[in-house]
Amino acid sequence: MDARRMSRAVPRVRQVGFFTPNTPVQQPRPQSAAPSSESPPLSDSPASNSLSPVMIPPPRHLSDNLGGRTAAVPVPGRENSGELPTVGSYNPSESVLWLDSPPRSRIGDEELSEGAESSLGWYRRSNSAKFASSLPSGGFNLSTVKHPESVAAVEAKNPLPGKSEAQKEQASSSKPLKAKTTKAERRALQESQRAAKAASKAEANKSGTAGEAPSSKPMKQPPLKKDGPPVASSIAASERIGVDRSVEKERKKDLPPPRKQFDDESRGGRAKRRSVLNQPEARNRVELFRHLPPHKNGTQLPYLQSKFFELQEKHPAVYKVGLQYLAGDLSGGNARCIAMLQAFQEAIRDYSTPPEKTLSRDLTSKIGGFVSFLIECRPLSMSMGNAIRFLKSRIARLPLTLSESEAKTTLCSDIDRFINEKIVLADKVILRHAATKIRDGDVLLTYGSSCVVEMILLYAHELGKQFRVVVVDSHPMLEGQKLLRRLVVKGLSCIYTQLNAISYVMHEVTRVFLGASSIFSNGTVYSMVGTASVAMVAHAFRVPVLVCCEAYKFHERVQLDSICFNELGDPDAISKVPGRVDVNFLDNLTDKQKENLELLNLKYDATPSDYISVIVTDYGMIPPTSVPVIVREYRKEYLLI
Amino acid sequence: MDFQVVVLAGGNSKNLTPLVSKELPKPLLPVANCPVLNYVLHQLEQSNLKDLIVVVEGEDAALLVGAWISGTFIDRLHVEIAAVPEDIGTAGALRAISHHLTAKDILVVSGDLVSDVPPGALAATHRRHDAAVTTMLCSIPVSGPLESGSSGGKDKAKKLGRYNIIGLDPSKQFLLHIATEIEKDARISKRILHAVGQMEMRSDLMDAHMYAFKRSVLQEVLDVKDTFQSLKEDVLPYLVRSQLKSEALLNRTPQGEENSNEKVSSQNNQAFISRILANASTPSFHGIYSENPDGSSSTRKTHKCCVYIASSSSYCVRLNSIQAFMDINRDVTGDADHLLSPNNIIGPSPKLGTKTTVGPNCRLGEGSEMGDKCQVKRSIIGRHCRIGSHVKVVNSVVMNHVTIGDGCIIQGSVICSNVQLQERVELKDCQVGAGFVVTAGSEYKAESLAKKEK
Repeated sequence: MDARRMSRAVPRVRQVGFFTPNTPVQQPRPQSAAPSSESPPLSDSPASNSLSPVMIPPPRHLSDNLGGRTAAVPVPGRENSGELPTVGSYNPSESVLWLDSPPRSRIGDEELSEGAESSLGWYRRSNSAKFASSLPSGGFNLSTVKHPESVAAVEAKNPLPGKSEAQKEQASSSKPLKAKTTKAERRALQESQRAAKAASKAEANKSGTAGEAPSSKPMKQPPLKKDGPPVASSIAASERIGVDRSVEKERKKDLPPPRKQFDDESRGGRAKRRSVLNQPEARNRVELFRHLPPHKNGTQLPYLQSKFFELQEKHPAVYKVGLQYLAGDLSGGNARCIAMLQAFQEAIRDYSTPPEKTLSRDLTSKIGGFVSFLIECRPLSMSMGNAIRFLKSRIARLPLTLSESEAKTTLCSDIDRFINEKIVLADKVILRHAATKIRDGDVLLTYGSSCVVEMILLYAHELGKQFRVVVVDSHPMLEGQKLLRRLVVKGLSCIYTQLNAISYVMHEVTRVFLGASSIFSNGTVYSMVGTASVAMVAHAFRVPVLVCCEAYKFHERVQLDSICFNELGDPDAISKVPGRVDVNFLDNLTDKQKENLELLNLKYDATPSDYISVIVTDYGMIPPTSVPVIVREYRKEYLLI
Repeated sequence: MDFQVVVLAGGNSKNLTPLVSKELPKPLLPVANCPVLNYVLHQLEQSNLKDLIVVVEGEDAALLVGAWISGTFIDRLHVEIAAVPEDIGTAGALRAISHHLTAKDILVVSGDLVSDVPPGALAATHRRHDAAVTTMLCSIPVSGPLESGSSGGKDKAKKLGRYNIIGLDPSKQFLLHIATEIEKDARISKRILHAVGQMEMRSDLMDAHMYAFKRSVLQEVLDVKDTFQSLKEDVLPYLVRSQLKSEALLNRTPQGEENSNEKVSSQNNQAFISRILANASTPSFHGIYSENPDGSSSTRKTHKCCVYIASSSSYCVRLNSIQAFMDINRDVTGDADHLLSPNNIIGPSPKLGTKTTVGPNCRLGEGSEMGDKCQVKRSIIGRHCRIGSHVKVVNSVVMNHVTIGDGCIIQGSVICSNVQLQERVELKDCQVGAGFVVTAGSEYKAESLAKKEK
């Protein structure tokens, strides 16, 4: 048992706590360090406490080294023809890394923000690698995760005797070379790591520890896909094939299905046929964002409404929620998630298994139908994705012996528990944590309308703290006004301003509280568009940025920009200002003129983690670098609740 | 979808006196050779609503309607016919069948509605807002181009009375005021006006008499206010008036019962969740109003009265007057011919004499015979009619089994079943009741002819 935990603990250090003494991305360092020194409460107790597990360099475990070494064996013979012959030579470097752990243990103590920053630097660099590798799926995560590690190994100053030519060269000329590894080299590196992983998995399978999570998969969540192939043959060749296959299979399983690209003709066609709603045509949309699903604007509403009675298989509760999403009556990650779960709960209550079907299978497909309906109304938020995953895993795990009514009550109470524990309780915990960061005389800035931030402000107000609030808002949603109203009603003193004036108010602000739609495992915060600008300005003014986000919104995905995944809003919303006839400059364009106009209304953006001082979550206050730890360590738990 | 449909088919309507009779109750009044009730049922069937309750006034009428429905919609619809006593009004009819209502929401449709607005749209609006009542409004139909100068001032005065004064909120989603008649003064609740801030009064909209009610609300209102007669004139205005001081305990979900058994903590959680949800959604004025000044959640009860405004391109008319009957007949054969269900297109071609012309926008029923040199323009002729030669029928409706002698001229008139017109009769803008015999050579203008009641 212990052995297993250890082996799983390894990747923690690799991805999170990694530190290089002289990264090229040094520029923002003094700045980001500054806020933490300015605001002692941020850097001391709770945050660093919750950090501690991340920072301890785990003792090396035998099996791990074994994995590293055996990796060398399968590589040369393995797969892609376009691979470089030097592949195998990189592998020893993995074991080099393990001998080299002491310097890394420093990270935890004083270089907290730097750790975040440098790792971010690495992600950035590996960015290019990601795009270069045309691998459909697996390459993505692996490359981003593993790059720092292997390069670190290269940097290590005590090369093993058995090193190959190429590597010595690299090791000696450590930095500059590393900075511009060629595409081929990176590719090779990646291949070798994959091979190493396959081998280590084979190792694990052979040793018969069923249920062990493969140690070389740090970011992904094991619980559902743990079990390896049932029998590993002893013959080497066939074994390799078998392993390869299983690796492929697993990879397929844990990667999210490729997202629908809406500029893809064939897929679009299929989607159209299946969908309930008409897909609006992709007219006047910005080229770069054509891959995103087009906004379903209000014109779809009457259409969907008129179909009300024809979609009998959609439960009315689900239908209602879908309508509310489509009409924009309901927004906000938590609210949408709760509404969805409650609708599902109602649907489950009314569900009865058709004859000759099993509950778990039929219900799963039914929920799937609901979900795709909701997606059509509006793309899912990350939080909803996680909640759906939770629900589906609960359904899949229902014991077959349960009767239908028992199963239904179990599921309903599970959903209740999810809402209560992951949202309600989490919010309460976040309140407590965040309130400790508010002191008398503070000026707090928030952007948009986040329900957690609102609760924090109200809670702190109830505690009798004296502070002022700056509410920053932006067109076209003007959600800040809703928040503002509720705050002012409660007697908080507020300043209201638009996003474009933020640099003028920032100098008197002492804390920035932001909400988030999701946080990715590289610490990137995915939130309402404009958040990144707020965070950046705050960072430039050395104001600490606290992102408040429940842990169920964390996502294992790594995202570097806000282009590849985003949501498009109603383009008309930005071209028209309601109630202002004097600014209708775009109104009477002819159709010909309109062809020259492309409107872009993005809903989300990605805030890089180096603008973020701390993430306040239900597991405490953590630096952005610790997100993957939470994702890995607690995801399993909540799938099991 | 947890909706129950009630079709208020009505019975004998006074507005349509010469046309409807004991033998031919209003629901069966043929519009383009097809009972008017058929249009509603067809529309509902298309929306996949197959369990209906049809409420008919009067036992005899109920029997007739029931016979027709089971003949026409056999194994397509599952219809329950409920007979209620006459003259108890729409609210009374609903009260009478109240114990049959079980679903969460009730869709009430008038049986004389000829429309292509999908009832789903109304239901969806209702659900989206979680409203107590949702009503469908449509633009007032253009009443026929009265080229033949039909229906004098009397009819027009009637039509004026049909106008509704309707108050809407700026987003055109909520109903703030409704009055049926034009009165000298309209009373508008100050409370509502204050809460909304701005009210838009419209007189170009008409209540289409298609409602979605929350069952609990409807039943409670019907129980408590037992003097209410009409949905449109009593129940709906009452609900609209009281939307901010909801007396009916109404909606607000049955949370109360559940919570009382559970722990306090879970109740807190519920409150927490509902607060999150409430904050996330765009508040309607109801929400803002029910908020106490200090921002804590509601102590005042409200309910929502929503509207669904049918787009101006859709067709939606109620058959509640003779003029409307003429208009609908004209439209259904003309512009809005998509309303005709397919089983309803012209039957086997009738026998026509030589040099007889049938213009566009006409319907001829099966088995009708026409003599030589007849002219039929923009008219509907029922089944098994015998029409002599040199007959001119313009802008008229001729029902089944009518015999028309030679040389008759019929303009803008309605001739009911089994009428006999002897030779050289001239009718203009007349309504001839069933079984009437018009003697030869007589001329009538804008009159209503019917058999004397025994």
